[in-house]
Amino acid sequence: MLYFARWKIVLIVGAVILGILAVLPNLFPKSSVENWPSWLPHRQIVLGLDLQGGAYLLYQVDRQDYEQKRLTALVGDIRTALREDPRIGYTGLGVADNGAQVRIRDTAQFEDAQERLADLVNPLQSTLFGQGTVNEFEMTTGEGGLIRFTFTEDGLAQRIRSIVQQSIEVIRRRIDELGTTEPSIQREGEDRILVEAPGLDDPQRLKALVGQTAQLTFHLVDNSVDPRQAIEQRPPPGTTVLYSLDDPPQPYVVEEAPLLNGEDLTDAQATFNQQTNEPVVTFRLSTGGARKFGNVTSNNVGRPFAIVLDNEVISAPVIREPILGGSGQISGNFTVQTANDLAILLRAGALPAKLEIVEERTVGPGLGQDSIEAGKIAAVAAVIGVTLSMILVYGLFGVFANIALVANVILILALLSLLQATLTLPGIAGIVLTMGMAVDANVLIYERIREEAKSGRSAITAIDTGFSRALGTILDANITTLIAAVILFQLGSGPVRGFAVTLAIGIVTTVFSAFLFTRLLVAQWVRMKRPSAIPL
Amino acid sequence: MPLLSLPTGTKFSFMKYWRLGFALSTLLSVLSIVLFFAVGLNYGIDFKGGTLVEIQTKDGPANIAELRREIGELNLGDVQIQEFGAPDDVLIRVERQPGGDDAQQRAIQLLRDMFGDRVNFRRVEIVGPRVSSELARAGVIAVVAALLAIMIYIWFRFEWHFALGAVITTAHDVLITIGMFAVVGLEFNLTSIAAVLTIVGYSLNDTVVVYDRLRENLRRYKKMPLAQLIDQSINEMLSRTLMTSITTLIALIALFVFGGEVIRSFTFAMIWGVLIGTYSSIFVAAPLLIMFKLRPDAGSAAGEASTAGAS
Repeated sequence: MLYFARWKIVLIVGAVILGILAVLPNLFPKSSVENWPSWLPHRQIVLGLDLQGGAYLLYQVDRQDYEQKRLTALVGDIRTALREDPRIGYTGLGVADNGAQVRIRDTAQFEDAQERLADLVNPLQSTLFGQGTVNEFEMTTGEGGLIRFTFTEDGLAQRIRSIVQQSIEVIRRRIDELGTTEPSIQREGEDRILVEAPGLDDPQRLKALVGQTAQLTFHLVDNSVDPRQAIEQRPPPGTTVLYSLDDPPQPYVVEEAPLLNGEDLTDAQATFNQQTNEPVVTFRLSTGGARKFGNVTSNNVGRPFAIVLDNEVISAPVIREPILGGSGQISGNFTVQTANDLAILLRAGALPAKLEIVEERTVGPGLGQDSIEAGKIAAVAAVIGVTLSMILVYGLFGVFANIALVANVILILALLSLLQATLTLPGIAGIVLTMGMAVDANVLIYERIREEAKSGRSAITAIDTGFSRALGTILDANITTLIAAVILFQLGSGPVRGFAVTLAIGIVTTVFSAFLFTRLLVAQWVRMKRPSAIPL
Repeated sequence: MPLLSLPTGTKFSFMKYWRLGFALSTLLSVLSIVLFFAVGLNYGIDFKGGTLVEIQTKDGPANIAELRREIGELNLGDVQIQEFGAPDDVLIRVERQPGGDDAQQRAIQLLRDMFGDRVNFRRVEIVGPRVSSELARAGVIAVVAALLAIMIYIWFRFEWHFALGAVITTAHDVLITIGMFAVVGLEFNLTSIAAVLTIVGYSLNDTVVVYDRLRENLRRYKKMPLAQLIDQSINEMLSRTLMTSITTLIALIALFVFGGEVIRSFTFAMIWGVLIGTYSSIFVAAPLLIMFKLRPDAGSAAGEASTAGAS
């Protein structure tokens, strides 16, 4: 146990030196590390959101909202299909029990109707592994001419998947415009999206930008009815009542079918209105959109139209002259920032479905800095306490153990840097805890050596057998903790996972530093001193 | 040479009192179960859902009573407000709002509107009903899975008596830790699960070390009665057990004192776990082997006679 081949010594010492090199970048500011020669390591420890501040936002697709919207659209398609020439008489068309249904009046036309509606099951492109196609809906028939459409499980799952995919792209476009450093946007499970934005001062703005559906539509305002009357009674068919963002909200009766929507936009910019000098958003329309808008505005000069964002009226300007150029301006009590944000949202496009925040954790930069400071002080205090007690109890061997402890901490930090594992506050706690527990391996070895010496072995044999006999115990004890750490990693999210990582890394480096590094130190000492008694 | 020496060659007869330790542990375990069901844990928002906000006032110490009145007017249901580490630091916990995930967002919006620019938001955590129930389930699964995985490992390395003994000991530690959470009213959240699992790791570490020595001595002293054998093994390991507990406690106390308010409850649970883990490896893990009749009691007198020369 006390003999080391030369190559082993090189490996062990080499590992520690490599560890020191890998830790080095953490001691310098990032900007200076970037200019280092390429043979030096550059990777710094990644700090978790709880340490550097930032936002962790977990979104989930609002399935119910999506299903309702999709079914409403389907009802529209059913209506169109049945009204085609020759018309098929129907009744009771609408959304019910999480499906769309309709009753065909004339039983003679029942078959015809089924045939005509058959296409609405909407075959979706086959999935990666799927054989053939998956229908989005299943069509069933019932008594009394009933035809019902319900979501198929596979179809819905596929739809949700593509919604998540599209949403991620939209969110990425939006966040990129914010200029935040290294945001991460990824799918979580089936219908969730995790947005992590480190080092962000204002999570509120991020939330506003990410979470908004941003469905922009233009509607003609119906001036023939008084809005209040429309609320009390019923708005005329084909119109609906929307409210403005003002305080108190102003009701508008608008035509249900939009003139234009966000997809007709090719560009949007925040600027200032040259006359009033207030912030506005200018937009440019696609060729098709420009033609449509030109037609509508030509025919409706003098009428107001409503600019609607997510069912809220931003403003309702009156059409003074036909707008043929394909560009326009949205005004509406904006500040520079809200105008800017609206422009970002319009450029990035609308989310395909409503997203809900199911988990949010944001940490301000101040708290993160405080946590790092507290962690450092605790680590230093722990090192002092542990090393002092080791020297008190084991003397020279305690010094060996302490050197190994320092090597251990360096190796933990080195591995964290190299693996780019995230260091969190519980992770720092994990490191400090490891300092306390790491010496256990040394304690086991030293106590064993003492016993062996007491039972009459010579100093060198005692040291030798002490190391070899303690190994099994050390392994057993550490593997059990390692199992706990691995399971913790599987379960954990964010900070807890950070704790599991440092705990697991700590166990590996502990076994290395206690069993190889300390042994090497002791072996060299034995070689030089040839001790006849053990200083324990 | 060392300046201090730990007690070595001790001859405490721990097993004389194993029934006492056992009774105490059983009592505490039962009490913990009763407390768990009768009093319950002070679940944090991770498992219960809700909102946690840490604010720092900009103009001197926070007036908790005034805050309580102001927030009370928002009608957010049960709200806990406490000073957090410093007089200008306040932790506000708002219970889960009825309704879905959106309802939680409305609560935080109300708070933000109320505070305006008066305070810095140091931390905001919002966990909706869906995520909290998932986290709770994941937490339970993690603890159970850890216990099972460790049992399987020890089963491979030791006889079944040891595996079962280690798992019962660990379950005992987990139970009593949970009992402590119930008594103290310490918030139980995701980090607490991390603490519990670390306690599992630590306690097993201790138990395995004692078992390891026991197994070695079982081979060495073939005829020694079990109680005596256990006593001897524990005494042999006593200085190690003490030293490791002390260094770990030093590290934990450093964390408790200097590590900041955010992880204080985590560290507190860990300190408790180290104490319990050390106790249980001596007074629970070892005597369990007597109960499992690891070595038949028969021939104890003859055994003693023959081991006198062996040791």
